[in-house]
Amino acid sequence: MPQVTLTVNGKSHTVEVEGRTLLVELLREKLRLTGTHVGCDTSQCGACVVHVNGESVKSCTLLALQADGAQVTTIEGLAKPDGTLHPMQEAFREYHALQCGFCTPGMVMAAIDLVQKHPQGLSEREIREGLEGNLCRCTGYHNIVKAIAAAAEVMHGRRSEIARAAE
Amino acid sequence: MYDFAYHKPGSVADAVKLLTADPEARPISGGQTLLPALKHRLNRPTALVDLSGIAELKGIRKEGDTLTIGALARHVDVAESAEVTSAIPALARMAANIGDIQVRNRGTIGGSVANNDPAADYPAAVLGLGATIVTDRRRIAADDFFQGMFTTALEPGELLVAIEFPIPEKAGYAKMRNPASRYVMTGAFVARLRSGEVRVAINGAGPCVFRQAEMEKALSANWSPEAVANIRQSPEGLNSDIHGSAEYRAHLVTVMAKRAVAEAG
Repeated sequence: MPQVTLTVNGKSHTVEVEGRTLLVELLREKLRLTGTHVGCDTSQCGACVVHVNGESVKSCTLLALQADGAQVTTIEGLAKPDGTLHPMQEAFREYHALQCGFCTPGMVMAAIDLVQKHPQGLSEREIREGLEGNLCRCTGYHNIVKAIAAAAEVMHGRRSEIARAAE
Repeated sequence: MYDFAYHKPGSVADAVKLLTADPEARPISGGQTLLPALKHRLNRPTALVDLSGIAELKGIRKEGDTLTIGALARHVDVAESAEVTSAIPALARMAANIGDIQVRNRGTIGGSVANNDPAADYPAAVLGLGATIVTDRRRIAADDFFQGMFTTALEPGELLVAIEFPIPEKAGYAKMRNPASRYVMTGAFVARLRSGEVRVAINGAGPCVFRQAEMEKALSANWSPEAVANIRQSPEGLNSDIHGSAEYRAHLVTVMAKRAVAEAG
């Protein structure tokens, strides 16, 4: 069987896979990193978004072998070892940007890529357009958009902490 | 998805050798169309030949009046390229509006053009600009390349290496997207080349991208949205499905052409 070597959340792994093994299957079934979800399995819903070499991709539409040699970050790799949440995670919590939580890992990973690509800041419209690849069936998106706007301020150093949701 | 062997050659010659030796092998670049198709078992290749390690397929270069884009250029690369943005801004804007961010981070121009999905964006730019397709063995004019639904002039085992776009005087693109799938319902790419030639390519409306001769003639005489406003596309032969009737798509041809000319300025 072919082997794939990749770094996931800073740790190197060499795993035997089939040609058809998807990156998300490697993450969930071989590495037991089940924070990355599979929603539609047709590259539309975005629940499976992870970062490959710093860019957001749908891990249900990437072969594990295509990620050979790559640096992969999943939702499990965001918080600091002491449990301090990434500003995007913190913002999702503060702004109640989730209800059932199924889409949340993909939303958070997509949002971080979006914010990193826009150091000059993001308008509400840009955030909504930037989330085209992520579906949420419960929140109605409003609080997700607010959370991303707040996290962007912190990630780019314009604010020191995520404001309370009650603002 | 059925299983398959996986190869990652380092050169075009090696890739062609693998594809020629096994007629059931398929090339893969970003895989944003091929992998969903394999999941649906629409295709059962014995092997996938991953092109992503081939340097000859990469790069975006401007030389004289020509912009050459390597087959492996991802949509995000084209959207953010300074060369594309300065030479053919309509092409950069088109790339920036394909699919979603994650698709644009993986999908490639070569894959989109070689696949020739009727609802894909790039075929409209390739035909609308009269680009040249460069393969491992020959050069093919856009007018000869797109032959029907998911059908091109590429022979079995023939690899698309790059696309050469003539830098136009002006060009514009407008599309109506299906709000759920984001695929093109109908789009129009209009261009006035430096030679004076005017081209109008329509995508999404029919089984294959096509040129709209009547609009080309009208825009040659008068480059303005008004020039195409009263030209009616015949619905005959256009796609009719749950997303829209042939008559609706025919109507959109005129609307999108008007918008594309307005965008081109």
